[in-house]
Amino acid sequence: MAKTMDQYFDDLRGTRVWRSIFRSGTGSSTLKRALAIQQNVFLHLFSTKVRARMLSFSATWYLGTLTLGTFLLLVATGIPLMLYYHPSAPQAYADTKDLQFVVSSGLFLRNLHRWSAHAMVFLVFAHMFKVFYRGAYRTPREFNWVIGVVLLLITLLLSYTGYLLPWDQLAYWAITVGSNIASAVPMIGDKIHFLLLGGNAVNANALLRFYVLHCMILPLAAMFFVAIHFWRIRKDGGLYAHSSEPAVLRANAAKSPTSRTEREKWGTPADAKEGQ
Amino acid sequence: MADSKDFVAGVDSNAKKSPRRIVFITRRTSAQVKAETEEQTQTFPEVLFRAAVAIMTLSVGLVWISLMFNAPLEGLADPSHTPNPAKAPWYFLGLQELLHYFPPVVAGVLVPGLVVMALIVIPYFRVNVEAEGLFLKDREKRLRIFYAVAGALSLFLLLYKSRLYNYALGIKGEAEPLYAGLVPTLIISGLMILASRSSPQSPSAFRRYLAARPLSYWVMTWFLFELVVLTAIGTFFRGPGWSWVWPWQG
Repeated sequence: MAKTMDQYFDDLRGTRVWRSIFRSGTGSSTLKRALAIQQNVFLHLFSTKVRARMLSFSATWYLGTLTLGTFLLLVATGIPLMLYYHPSAPQAYADTKDLQFVVSSGLFLRNLHRWSAHAMVFLVFAHMFKVFYRGAYRTPREFNWVIGVVLLLITLLLSYTGYLLPWDQLAYWAITVGSNIASAVPMIGDKIHFLLLGGNAVNANALLRFYVLHCMILPLAAMFFVAIHFWRIRKDGGLYAHSSEPAVLRANAAKSPTSRTEREKWGTPADAKEGQ
Repeated sequence: MADSKDFVAGVDSNAKKSPRRIVFITRRTSAQVKAETEEQTQTFPEVLFRAAVAIMTLSVGLVWISLMFNAPLEGLADPSHTPNPAKAPWYFLGLQELLHYFPPVVAGVLVPGLVVMALIVIPYFRVNVEAEGLFLKDREKRLRIFYAVAGALSLFLLLYKSRLYNYALGIKGEAEPLYAGLVPTLIISGLMILASRSSPQSPSAFRRYLAARPLSYWVMTWFLFELVVLTAIGTFFRGPGWSWVWPWQG
């Protein structure tokens, strides 16, 4: 009997080379599936199991996942865009024009990068409000909420620094308007403004600074905090589901203990208080 | 059989050959162990597959948008030629709209700073964690505080930069009351008054819902409302000199 595709894939996963790379071997047992997550440097940020009902669309609207998706798209389109771009004035504008009219698929790359950026800003806001209205910032997830706020600010800065790079009128004046707000900080406003732009107005120095921030410092910062953000989901007991919280379960059980065994199972009201 | 177990359960008397592990579960920790009895799904492959499908669907949508609509590109940056109006990226247009009403140190520094601070401290307030209906406890006292705060805020928004304000300060210029701040504030206040007169036993599902909303819900919803309104005004309703234009006036 001829082998199916699945069997070929299983054979491949059983080879010494495959196992030397991915560590876990073949098999669809619970253990093997858990190892596929646990023994992978990237995937081990996630837990090996998820509450089934947290997978329903209504629970999260997949907003966090989609935000990650836009970030991946932005990295995937941003790197090829860097190959055709010089962060110097006015060459930057000529390069953007070339992307528009000369480079194959350059227009598409730039479009996808730009629209994905807008989508990411929108999705980050949507994610934050969804998490808030679910009450998912509750103990022990307080700090992951704070990291989320940091990621919101990084996202805004990423988008803002990228806005200047085409070096057209739209970019120049949007950054001029935005950076003037920094001058309003009492006492040190002008110093912050100067530090941000590398001068008293938006110029070639500002373009270079924004380029370095946009392509290196901020993406690295984002990846750093995203890694912690994901890891904390696992450490804090998975995605928040109000009725599954240990403290809530104990409190509910304590309200109407049906028998002594129930009390022993869920703990006493004193335990419930302690757990909050 | 694909799911054949790769272990055999049994009892052996040779402890060195097949050691058995014994777990002691104390009463206090057992609640947590027992709590995790609801149905769970393996991350690999189920969750990863769903995440991949979600991301691919999003990608298809964004690729379609990118094929249909081109990213804007205007003329070369020219410091000597200021476009009118000069607008920030859309997510900062709420701030720019705020700058139109208030001095830069308030709209550009104080308000955004306070918003970020407020977002950070949300989970550290016990009142947000317990999240009980705002008017379910201490109703009279809380209503008084609410009327005082909402009244003061509305009065401020109504009078700020109005004819009366300009007259009092001797400012000549067009009065521009802060409708963008006032209207959402009045709508949210109205809903809060309705919430204070609703109870969790109300026959109407909407009123039951309102009655159970905590303070943080009202503050955040007001903030979201203001954010959307200010951003929409800045994006669609502002023309030369930051004057009011209708979107169809081009």
